[in-house]
Amino acid sequence: MAMLTDTATPDTPTEAAGSHEPRALARFATTLAHILSTPLGAIGLLLAMLIVLTALLAPLIAPYDPTAINVKDRLADPSLTHLLGTDQLGRDLFSRVILGTRTAMTVALTALATALALALPLGLVAGYGPRWLDGPMVLLFDSISSLPMIMLGLAVVVLIGPGVPTVILVIVLYSVPSYARLVRTQTLSLKSRDFIKAEQAMDAGTARILFRHLLPNVIGPLLILACLDISTVITLEAGLSFLGLGVKPQIPSWGNILSDGFAVIRKSAVPVVAGGVPLVLATLGFTFFGEALRDALDPRLARERRP
Amino acid sequence: MPGFILRRTAIALAILLLVALLLFAMMHMIPGDPTVVALGPRSTPEMREAFRAMMGLDRPVLDQLGLLLVRLAQGDLGLDVWSRRPVLTMVLEVLPYTVALALASFVWALALGLVLGCVAVVHHGKWGDWLIGAVSVSFVAVPSFVVALYSLLIFAVWLNWLPAIGAGEPGDIGAQLRALILPSFAVGLGWVGYISRLVRAAMIEAMSEDYVRTLRAYGVGEGRIIYRYALKQALLAILSVIAIGFGSLLTGSIFAEIVFTRPGLGKMTYDAVISRNFPLVMGTVLVTSALYVTCMILADVVSAWLDPRVRSAI
Repeated sequence: MAMLTDTATPDTPTEAAGSHEPRALARFATTLAHILSTPLGAIGLLLAMLIVLTALLAPLIAPYDPTAINVKDRLADPSLTHLLGTDQLGRDLFSRVILGTRTAMTVALTALATALALALPLGLVAGYGPRWLDGPMVLLFDSISSLPMIMLGLAVVVLIGPGVPTVILVIVLYSVPSYARLVRTQTLSLKSRDFIKAEQAMDAGTARILFRHLLPNVIGPLLILACLDISTVITLEAGLSFLGLGVKPQIPSWGNILSDGFAVIRKSAVPVVAGGVPLVLATLGFTFFGEALRDALDPRLARERRP
Repeated sequence: MPGFILRRTAIALAILLLVALLLFAMMHMIPGDPTVVALGPRSTPEMREAFRAMMGLDRPVLDQLGLLLVRLAQGDLGLDVWSRRPVLTMVLEVLPYTVALALASFVWALALGLVLGCVAVVHHGKWGDWLIGAVSVSFVAVPSFVVALYSLLIFAVWLNWLPAIGAGEPGDIGAQLRALILPSFAVGLGWVGYISRLVRAAMIEAMSEDYVRTLRAYGVGEGRIIYRYALKQALLAILSVIAIGFGSLLTGSIFAEIVFTRPGLGKMTYDAVISRNFPLVMGTVLVTSALYVTCMILADVVSAWLDPRVRSAI
């Protein structure tokens, strides 16, 4: 809770970076302790770190080329040569799962970063820009977020064709409205605060108010929200790939492994299990971690996630 | 109240208009012949010609848009270019399957979610509460298509207890119900977690209200307070969620329909995407969006009816 009042009163000058470091460090330590104090938070942090590390070190861990086809060895059972066996084209499943982690994280982080970069200016304009613009923008955000996203995603795929850019576009469409709304609400509530009024009274330029005061205070909650969304976004990518509408088939991704495994589910259960378990671990890990992070930093952001 | 409903309906219509505009704009913004963009390179010249005539592609863009909107306003979703059948008829044929799946998922999710929520409140702050919380958040987080795949693997492929494919023969109620079990399990699981968390939160909030304190002061038992007063509050709170939830269940069933090869709106959209049948995709997307916003209006009306403060807020 200490963090909450901290972010809400941004009155200390930010220039003195040197004197700030111990405080930032202390804050980081308290947050970490808070997350680790709950079992789910600890599990979440552990899983999230495991996933991120695997994604970073993927090429070093994977024993085989994940795209190398070996038809003689197809649908091999797990063994010491192939830890998780092979798929219907004889590709090493363990290597595909490991490299799939990298695909999942790359797509999720790129898409979320793009969404944040778009949502920040949009939300700031709606909250701090001309008043007549606010209504239509909110209506637009609301309309987009009330669309059945998977269906719209399918329509996008028909026209643009499958691939990583399409997946990212669908994720961006899905997440920009909720982020922009958050930025707008934060901006509106900050706008009426005394320290902004004081800046305005001292004739500070709009740019200074936006970038020095509003932006730093808006970005914290926004990042928490994005963190809570990581697992949704990973699910969306895996789901589209599972339907054969996401990442190209030869690229290792959990959704593709599941899609290949679904086709041979009566012959071998290994591919489906191999593709599903990391996906479940990732979604659970990032959800647990995200919720613990939110509870530690800004419990007001609590909003129940719908399945 | 009539004004409120009117306002919400206007917004819903605006949303549908936005969907139509978005699909229309996307079709035109992508470089290349729009008929090839919409139908794929393997479409026959006759199909392209039919599509061109239906959309009025030889006319100016604004005329095309007008034509499309007039058609949609009349409830005409056009003809499917592959089978030459009206899209609306095709959609209405498969809709009952999806509605049945959504209903079945919702009924069991609601029942179990309510029970779990109540149990969590009774054990508030103890390990039972924590366990239900952990299970609920896990249910919400796990992707529904993985649940579908794993339940298919265990109960249909390994144990062979339940059918893996289809929706059961028409007329055979028993087979139809059996075919519903696995898909509705996969679709509903996430909702169990969501509803149990909502119920718990609403009941705990109700328990801290002044009137509950008064009830306690009068010596009313804790069990009676929980089941008689707090549960009532929680039920009111989730009524509006039910309406919204039903809308997203309709789209959430797409994965279950594909994994279990079950006819339905999601399966039809998916097949249309794979065969690049844009008119059919456009039709199904518009129909689902319409169902979706209808559920949204219902949810708003229900919550406005229950709580007059909402009426002025929206």
